[in-house]
Amino acid sequence: MRPEDWRSMGLKDSEYEAIVNILGREPNIVELGMYSVMWSEHCSYKNSRAVLRTFPTQGPRVLQGPGENAGIVDIGDGMAVCFKIESHNHPSAIEPYQGAATGVGGIIRDIFTMGARPIALLNSLRFGPLDDARSRYLFGGVVSGIAGYGNCVGIPTVAGEVYFDNCYRGNPLVNAMCVGLLETDKIKRGRATGVGNPVILAGARTGRDGMHGVTFASEELNAASEERRPAVQVGDPFMEKLLLEACLELINSGLVEGIQDLGGAGLTCATSEMASRGGSGMEIDLDKVPCRETGMTPVEIMLSESQERMLLTVRPENEEKVHAVFERWGLASATIGRVTADGILRIRMGGKVVAEVPARSLAEDAPVYCPAFREPAYLQTTSVLNLKEIPDVEDAEDVLLKLLSAPNIASKEWVWRQYDYMVRTCTVVLPGSDAAVLRIRGSKKGLAMTTDCNARYVYLDPYTGGMIAVAEAARNVVCSGGEPLAVTDCLNFGNPEKPEIYWQFRKAVEGMSAACVALNTPVIGGNVSFYNETEGEAIYPTPVVGMVGLLEDVAKRCTQSFKEAGDVIVLLGSTYDELGGSEYLAVIHGLVKGKPPALDLEREKAVQRTVLTAIRQGLLRSAHDLSEGGLAVALAESTFENLIGAEIHLTTAGLRKDSLLFGESQSRIVVSLPQEKLPILQEIAEQHNVPLQVIGRIGGERLKICLDAEPVVDLGVKELHAIWREAIELLLK
Amino acid sequence: MKFGVVVFPGSNCDLDAFHLVKDVLKQPVDYIWHTQENLEGYDCIILPGGFSYGDYLRCGAIARFSPVMKEVVRFAHNGGLVIGICNGFQILLEAGLLPGALYRNTNLQFRCHFTYLKVENTDTPFTKGIAPDRLLKIPIAHGEGNYYADGETLCRLQENGQIVFRYADADGKVTDAANPNGSLYNIAGICNETRNVLGMMPHPERAAEAILGSEDGRLIFEALLRYKEGGR
Repeated sequence: MRPEDWRSMGLKDSEYEAIVNILGREPNIVELGMYSVMWSEHCSYKNSRAVLRTFPTQGPRVLQGPGENAGIVDIGDGMAVCFKIESHNHPSAIEPYQGAATGVGGIIRDIFTMGARPIALLNSLRFGPLDDARSRYLFGGVVSGIAGYGNCVGIPTVAGEVYFDNCYRGNPLVNAMCVGLLETDKIKRGRATGVGNPVILAGARTGRDGMHGVTFASEELNAASEERRPAVQVGDPFMEKLLLEACLELINSGLVEGIQDLGGAGLTCATSEMASRGGSGMEIDLDKVPCRETGMTPVEIMLSESQERMLLTVRPENEEKVHAVFERWGLASATIGRVTADGILRIRMGGKVVAEVPARSLAEDAPVYCPAFREPAYLQTTSVLNLKEIPDVEDAEDVLLKLLSAPNIASKEWVWRQYDYMVRTCTVVLPGSDAAVLRIRGSKKGLAMTTDCNARYVYLDPYTGGMIAVAEAARNVVCSGGEPLAVTDCLNFGNPEKPEIYWQFRKAVEGMSAACVALNTPVIGGNVSFYNETEGEAIYPTPVVGMVGLLEDVAKRCTQSFKEAGDVIVLLGSTYDELGGSEYLAVIHGLVKGKPPALDLEREKAVQRTVLTAIRQGLLRSAHDLSEGGLAVALAESTFENLIGAEIHLTTAGLRKDSLLFGESQSRIVVSLPQEKLPILQEIAEQHNVPLQVIGRIGGERLKICLDAEPVVDLGVKELHAIWREAIELLLK
Repeated sequence: MKFGVVVFPGSNCDLDAFHLVKDVLKQPVDYIWHTQENLEGYDCIILPGGFSYGDYLRCGAIARFSPVMKEVVRFAHNGGLVIGICNGFQILLEAGLLPGALYRNTNLQFRCHFTYLKVENTDTPFTKGIAPDRLLKIPIAHGEGNYYADGETLCRLQENGQIVFRYADADGKVTDAANPNGSLYNIAGICNETRNVLGMMPHPERAAEAILGSEDGRLIFEALLRYKEGGR
C-alpha cells in the first residue's frame, strides 16, 4: 500500500498504522476500503464520541438509548415510540431531489429496523436566501424530494422547520426524522447472534451507486464537490414500501433474530455492526449477493450504498419462510452467509477469502479524537450590542408586516402542502401549529412532535443556544398538550478539526445536556454531521432537536389558534430588554449581534408545567410559544387559522417598545381561555411562581395592540394573513 | 353491506379505507390482495389511494393488468358498486371503467389540503340523500389529478349526469381559484353511465370523523348504505 492509497480514501497515516497493528499485516485493498468507510467521521463519530457521552441518556421510560438504529421510549400499555433524526446535507447540496429523498428513505429504515411501524416524518431544513437562484433550486428540489419519497411510501410528513440564512448558501441542511410505534415485546435489534444462523440480504439489488458516500459526507464542500455526484444514491420509494411491509410482517410473525438496514457504508457497515453488537463474527459470500450488474468487484459490493436493502439473521428453520415472504412482496432476497463464533468478518468471492478482519475493529475500534478547541474570535465582535445605539420602533405596524413576510417567519405552507400529511388518518393537529399531534389508533393517547433549533442563537452563544433549542422544542410539545418524553438530535457543525468549531460543538452539547436534564428529556439517539463548510466557511452551528411528547388523552390536545370571541388572552412569563440574536434585529436593523435571550431552566420548567396542567384540566382554548418575532408575531399567528381578531393592551413599564413587541425573551407562552376559567389558571400560575398578565381579549376582525393606552397596531387580520401566507411563494416567482 | 378494499403492493390508503368501513361505518370489510381472482360476496369494492406498483410510469398503467382488476371490471359490469379514490380513480380510468385521463397537476406539484366539493348529481348510489346545496369539505393529496376528457366525452358526461363532484370555494362557487390541479371543468369525481362506478381524486376516507377536521366524507358512504338497504 502506498500513502496515497489510504489518503485518497480519507484515512490519516496514523489510522493506517492502527489498521496494520490490528491485523498484524498490511490490509489488502478490500480491507482498506472497509476500514476507510467505517472509520469515516460519518460512521465512527471519532471526533464526537467523547463529547456525546456527556448527554443524559437514561430515564425510567427509555427502553433503548443511543447505539442502536433508533431510540425507543415506553408510553405505557405495552406500547412504545421509536424515533430518530439524521442528516443528508452533503448529498442534498449536490443533488437536492435524490439527496433529500434518500435521506427520508434512510431514516424510515432505521425505524422499521427496530420493529416499529413508521407513523410520521418530520424534517428540519436550512437554505441560503431566496434571492439566490441556486438556493431557490436547492429549496425546491429538497422539498419535492422529501415529498416524492414520503408521499409514495405512505408515511405522513407532519411537521418541521425551514430557515434561510446566508451561511447555508453553499451547504444546505437537510435533516429528516421518523417516528414509529411498536409493542414493547416486539423490539428488534441489529445484533447477529446464534452461530450458524443464516445471514439474508433483501430488497434492492446491489449496484455501483453511492460508492464512498460516507467519505464524501466527512469532508468539506468545495468547487470540486459537483464531481461527487456519483456518491449520491438514487431512491426507490416503492421498493422501500415493499421492504417495510415485508420486514414488519416478518418481525411480527417472529421469524427474525437480528435486523439492520444498509445505509452509509452499505454491506460493510451492516455486517460489521451486527456482528460486533452480537459479539460474533460473520462469513459472507459475495457471489451470493444479488447484483444489479455483472463484474462488480469485492470493493464495489462491500462499499455500495445502493438504497432500500436490509440485512437479517434468522434461525435455520425459518430461512425458507423468510425468503417466501420477501418473494410474495416481489423482493429479491438471498442467503449470503452465516453467523460465526470467532468474531471475524470473513468475506469470500470466487472461492477465495478477499477480506478477513475482526468485526469489532471496524465497528468499534476507530480512533477516538479529542480535537483542540478555542473560543471563536468572532464572539468578541458579535457579543457587543449597545441598545442605546438602536432607535426604538417608530412604526410598529410596518415592522410587524416586514417580520410576517420575512421568510424565516412567513408561513411555510408552500412547503408542507407538497407533503401528504394526512395519510394513515391519524394526524389530528395538522402542520402549522407549534407541534403536530397524532392519535394512536386503538387507544386514547396521542403523540406530539416537533423539530427545533434557532441556529443564530447558537452562533452567538453556543451554550445558551443549545439550551434554547431543547427548551423551545419542549415548549412546542407542551403547547400542543404533550408531556415531553425524549430527544433525538442532529448536530450540524463545520469542520471539527478547527478549534473554534469544536468549541462551538462542545458548548452547544453542554447547553443541550443541561436543558435535557432539567426538562427530563434524555437523548435517545441522533446523528452528527460535521464538515458543513463551503470554501472554508462554516455554517452556523445548528444542533437540531427532534422531540416527541405524550398526550394521555388526545381529546385534550391544544393548538395555537384563537377560537372564541370574548376569550381572554394571557401572557405567561416575563419580558426583558433582550433583542440580541432576534429576527427583529436581523430583518429591521440588519444586525446579527448581541447575546441570545437568557434562559432560566427553572422558570422554563415552571411555565411549561403551568401550561400543561392548564391544558390537561381543559382550561385553555389556545397556547402558542413566543419565538422569532416575539409577542406581536405570536399574536398575529394565533389569529390566522380562524381569521378572528384580538384587542391587546400592554404597558411598557420601563421596557423598550421593540423589546415588548418583537423581543424574543424565553419561557413565554400566550394562551387564550374563557373568562370564567381565568381564576383557576391564575391559581396554577401562582403555584408555579409564573408571572401572568391578562393582555387582551379575542374578537373582531382586526389585530389591535395598544402600548400604554396608545394604539400602535391596528390591522385587518385578513390582510396580515395574506402577507404572511403568500410571502414565500412571492419570493419564488 | 360487505366491502372489499383492494391492496396493491404500493397502496397506502388501504388502511384508512379499511378503518373507515370497519370502525366508523361498522360494516364487514376484507382486504383483497392484488393477485386475488374472486370477488364473490362483496357489495362494494374500494380501490384505495397510493402508488399501486410504484407508478413511475403513468399512474395506474400497470395496475390495470393485475389479476384483481380483471375481476373488478367483471364485478362492475355485473352492476357491483366500485369506488376508486385518488390512485383508485387513476386505475379506473386506465382500466377503461371510466372515461378520460388524469394529467399531472398544472402547478407541477403534489398538493395536499382540504377542498370544497359541489355535488353535481345527487341521483347516484354514492350521493343520494345528500342535499343538492350541501358542500363537502374533503381533502386532496395527489400530484396527478388534473382531469381531462375530449369535448365530446365531456358533453356526454354532462348530458348523462356523470359529473358527480366539482371543486368549489367555501361559498360553493366553482372558480378557477378553487381548482387545485387544473382539472377540466373543475371536475373532482365522475361516475360511469350506469352509476355503479365512482372515481374521485379527493379522499372521503380522510374526512369521516370530527377529529380529522371534517365528517363530510362519511356522507358518501352513508348514501351507499342507504342504497343497499333500499334493496337495489
